[in-house]
Amino acid sequence: MNAFAQSLGLAFQMITEADATLWRIVGLSLRVSATACVLGAALGLALGAWLAVARFRGHGLVVGLLNTLLALPSVVVGLIVYLLLSRSGPLGSWGILFTPSAMVLAQTILVVPLIAALARQLVVDALREGGSELQAMGAGPLLAALLLLLHERLALVTVLLTAFGRAVAEVGAVMIVGGNIDGVTRVMTTAIALETSKGDLPLALALGAVLLGVVALINLAIGLTRRSPSAWVGAAA
Amino acid sequence: MNAADLPIAETEAPALVTATSPVLITLAGASVRFGEVQALQDIHLQLRRGDRLALVGANGSGKTTLLRLLNGLLPHDGQRSVQASPDRAKRPVTAMVFQRPFLLHLSVRRNLQLALWLAGIPAAERERRWPQALERVGLEALMRRPARALSGGQQQRLALARAWAVQPDILFLDEPTASLDPSAKREVETLIEDFGRDGMTLVMSSHNLGQVKRLASRVAYLDEGRLQVDLPVDDFFRRDALPSAAAQFLKGELPWH
Repeated sequence: MNAFAQSLGLAFQMITEADATLWRIVGLSLRVSATACVLGAALGLALGAWLAVARFRGHGLVVGLLNTLLALPSVVVGLIVYLLLSRSGPLGSWGILFTPSAMVLAQTILVVPLIAALARQLVVDALREGGSELQAMGAGPLLAALLLLLHERLALVTVLLTAFGRAVAEVGAVMIVGGNIDGVTRVMTTAIALETSKGDLPLALALGAVLLGVVALINLAIGLTRRSPSAWVGAAA
Repeated sequence: MNAADLPIAETEAPALVTATSPVLITLAGASVRFGEVQALQDIHLQLRRGDRLALVGANGSGKTTLLRLLNGLLPHDGQRSVQASPDRAKRPVTAMVFQRPFLLHLSVRRNLQLALWLAGIPAAERERRWPQALERVGLEALMRRPARALSGGQQQRLALARAWAVQPDILFLDEPTASLDPSAKREVETLIEDFGRDGMTLVMSSHNLGQVKRLASRVAYLDEGRLQVDLPVDDFFRRDALPSAAAQFLKGELPWH
């Protein structure tokens, strides 16, 4: 218990003194996960909107698969991306294995199903309410779906923040495709795993505290967007 | 089948209200089916410029389906043809107002601009029209307000503004006052009346026969997806001219009549 308290004290000191190693790791984590979420949002929102209105043979199967991928384990994503990017893999020529780009790719694959499945459900529900009217106003199915993404943007912010939370807190994929290289691909979660195994508890705890802080800030942001919907409409006026 | 380009067929439509006005839309033997349900069957109907046609009938009789069919929003069997009006040389512009309008989580102004954009109105014209439309329905002071924060009556007025802004030849109204309180109902009714007076062709479904009497020039009665009666409004309410099912319906709806 004494060791734990000591570690906590050291962790607090590292945070308040802005320890360079600590913040480099935190910075990379945030950059990788934020980039993955931006890419994941572009792909996931478009895919979700399209699946909400598309009708083709096997549509139900695709939606079922997408919903299954919500539970995709991050280590499996890491493994698949590793196989794709390894020297003998189909994308081996890109030469990005063990770089932050590979981590962005893995986390993007991780968040796309989450964003697409939730966006699809939001659009399907909104179509039930306003689909006929948008059609009567002249909107084709895909345009109507995209307008409904705009309509549901408040709920989508929650979806995107959830996706960011999932990306920033995962360890399996970034460990496999990033390799946890000091100063290059070491992010919060991989550093925590490593430092714990090395016995450097203060750094591990400090990183854990920052990670929790980031997640707390995300929750705060979700709460704020839910509390003031009128401000959002005002901003769009 | 969408038969918009087919020539107009001779129809067996019941008595027409304004036989000399140009025909805008013709349905000839049109049927609509939703899976196992035959929603409309063998409908013959001509809509003429200046008509104020009310569709009445029990719930599930096909009023809303007929509105959507007339507006070209449904796949169907039989013929539906749309005529270009001689003075405009283009197809009539249509707009539709629903019982509960769907407004996006945007400001009043943005909702109007969006409707104009969807209707393909050029940008300069959009900027000219949306303030006019708001003024027309008396909502100009609320243009920056979130559309969803408006009262039920205001939302319906915004829906009417949205429809008016595209300057439709034909305005379809699906029970436009059904979910409104009496004062909002009056406001919306007055606007619809004004639109009709301005020459807009109106087609509305309604459960409110008092409203039908006030607003319509012609009444069509539907029963189980079939068009049973199509008469000028005065004849419809005389009842002696009605088939028994329609007379029965009228009796049920207007017990004091």
